Amino acid sequence: MKARIVTANRLSDGAVVYLDAAGDWVDSIVEAGVAEDGETAEALLAVATTAEQALRVVGPYLTDVAVEDGRPRPLGTREIIRAAGPTVAGAAIREGDERDDAKEASAA
Amino acid sequence: MYRYDEYDSTLVAERARQFRGQVARRLSGELTEEQFRPLRLMNGLYLQLHAYMLRIAIPYGTLSSRQLRKLAEIARRYDKGYGHFTTRQNLQFNWPRLADVPAILDELATVQMHAIQTSGNCIRNVTADQFAGAAADEVEDPRVYSEIIRQWSTLHPEFSFLPRKFKIAVTGAESDRAAVQVHDIGLRLRRNGDGEVGFEVLVGGGLGRTPVIGKTIREFLPKPHLLSYLEAILRTYNMLGRRDNLFKARIKILVNATGVDKFRDLVEEEWSHIRDGALTLPEAEIARIRAHFAPPPYEELTGDPPEHAAARRRDPDFALWARTNVVAHKRPGYAIATISLKPTGGVPGDVTAEQMEAVAALADRYSFGEIRVTHEQNLVLAHVRQADLHALWQALRQQGLATGNAGLISDIICCPGLDYCNLANARSIPVAQRISQRFADLERQHDIGALKIKISGCINACGHHHVGHIGILGVDKHGEEFYQVTLGGSADDSAAIGKIVGPAFSAGDIVAAVETIVETYLAQRRAGETFNATLARVGLAPFKEKLYAAD
Repeated sequence: MKARIVTANRLSDGAVVYLDAAGDWVDSIVEAGVAEDGETAEALLAVATTAEQALRVVGPYLTDVAVEDGRPRPLGTREIIRAAGPTVAGAAIREGDERDDAKEASAA
Repeated sequence: MYRYDEYDSTLVAERARQFRGQVARRLSGELTEEQFRPLRLMNGLYLQLHAYMLRIAIPYGTLSSRQLRKLAEIARRYDKGYGHFTTRQNLQFNWPRLADVPAILDELATVQMHAIQTSGNCIRNVTADQFAGAAADEVEDPRVYSEIIRQWSTLHPEFSFLPRKFKIAVTGAESDRAAVQVHDIGLRLRRNGDGEVGFEVLVGGGLGRTPVIGKTIREFLPKPHLLSYLEAILRTYNMLGRRDNLFKARIKILVNATGVDKFRDLVEEEWSHIRDGALTLPEAEIARIRAHFAPPPYEELTGDPPEHAAARRRDPDFALWARTNVVAHKRPGYAIATISLKPTGGVPGDVTAEQMEAVAALADRYSFGEIRVTHEQNLVLAHVRQADLHALWQALRQQGLATGNAGLISDIICCPGLDYCNLANARSIPVAQRISQRFADLERQHDIGALKIKISGCINACGHHHVGHIGILGVDKHGEEFYQVTLGGSADDSAAIGKIVGPAFSAGDIVAAVETIVETYLAQRRAGETFNATLARVGLAPFKEKLYAAD
């Protein structure tokens, strides 16, 4: 079984977030809590789907990752783009946006 | 343009206030996401890949400069400084925060705008020809009727829970620029034998998973019957449309399953009960709405003033831009200018706040303060004096808005795709950008001539790929992005659904494939032959041969 993490969209701004080992939501996939087996994965998802969590995130789900140097890496085009932000080199996206910088750093 | 009366203003303000309450209850937990989701969709608020997306209605694509300035302000204050114009003449913001959306709706309400019915199973934005009220070939301004239909369909109590979304387009010219044949209902204004103006009514057109060309169920519908007849169609659909399968719920499926003649009979039967009743449109009411679309205070000018011809002679870049981006106006001395939102390598349809403000100022200066959004994701200034075109073009150049590619190969229609959209299977924007860059040379583009490329990131076809001369559909093949190509589509009077040319191309190969298709066309075409005409004459074989030769 592939390693898995839990991801969702943050309620407040729809941003992509990941559940870390402590049960907090983080912006960067490298900090996500990794489940190596089915039981851990289900437990992780259970933490994410409480009513309390519904005040923080929308639609949490499990997704496969590759693990390199102990850090999770997204698999599949969709999750890669979720982790990195839009890939388009458009002049329209304002430079210096904090969140975009953080995403670029985590994808590197 | 149409101005809200007290009723309209109250409705929009109330709706914004209502949504503010709904957001508060979602954030506090009083509403679950399941309860909140349909409510936020009723205000055009989607949750996409990276963020919420707010789709703002731009009725029949017409904006005042004041409204465009407000959109720029919202882009700066609440979003990332840009917006995206869509294939239904609406605007999307890609990064609003949930808690800010009520404030955004309040701001929109101050300029008579909203996000009502831009999502959900209801009647959506009623679109129209972007040259409405200005085109030389116009029978009547279609926006008058788009507005009438908008009022009838807004919060219509019977049609708020249709089997699926419902899209209506109206065209008023001999040449259809509103793609009426691929809408759930398409309306064409035309004259009958007695010179009376009425509507040809088409139903069951659409794109998406099952593209269909609409069918005429009524050749001529007199104006007073417009709303009662539409009501009969919607009632028939509401009653009989499928609700068991999301992918079979549009009216096109119903018309196909029932057969167009039987469907017509059903509509006429329903109509027999309600025609000549409360929904009858008196001429006085049409006149009242028409007054909002009165022609601007044109000057008395001579056509083709010498300064315009002189500017074209003097400035070859301007002349080239004018060739594609300027079309004839019905008034002498005026012209219709298209502002391309497809700069080389740019994101099709995206505009920065600064550009929006510049266009608003140019609209005030050169076009009576009015801007149009086209379903091909460009903007139009519809009433520019020919003598002002050169100055307009120079000002547009300052803002990167003077790409002279309207209708050429780099004037690509493209959905947001997997870079933004939750529904997508593949990215679409980078493909558009790379094609645009490959064909950047304007001389080459002119040599190729009119060629519409349309790109969708999934089968929902928001990029209208089925009706592109070259259509590109992003698909997921074993977790990788591939692109299926169709040829011969068209959204104009000779509407057609494109045919698949063969196996899909990888992301690495798609641009070369497009180039091969173009080269094949150029090799095969006879003098003056359009892409579709050449394709009709020679068939797919020469294209397949060149594309898959190495296989």
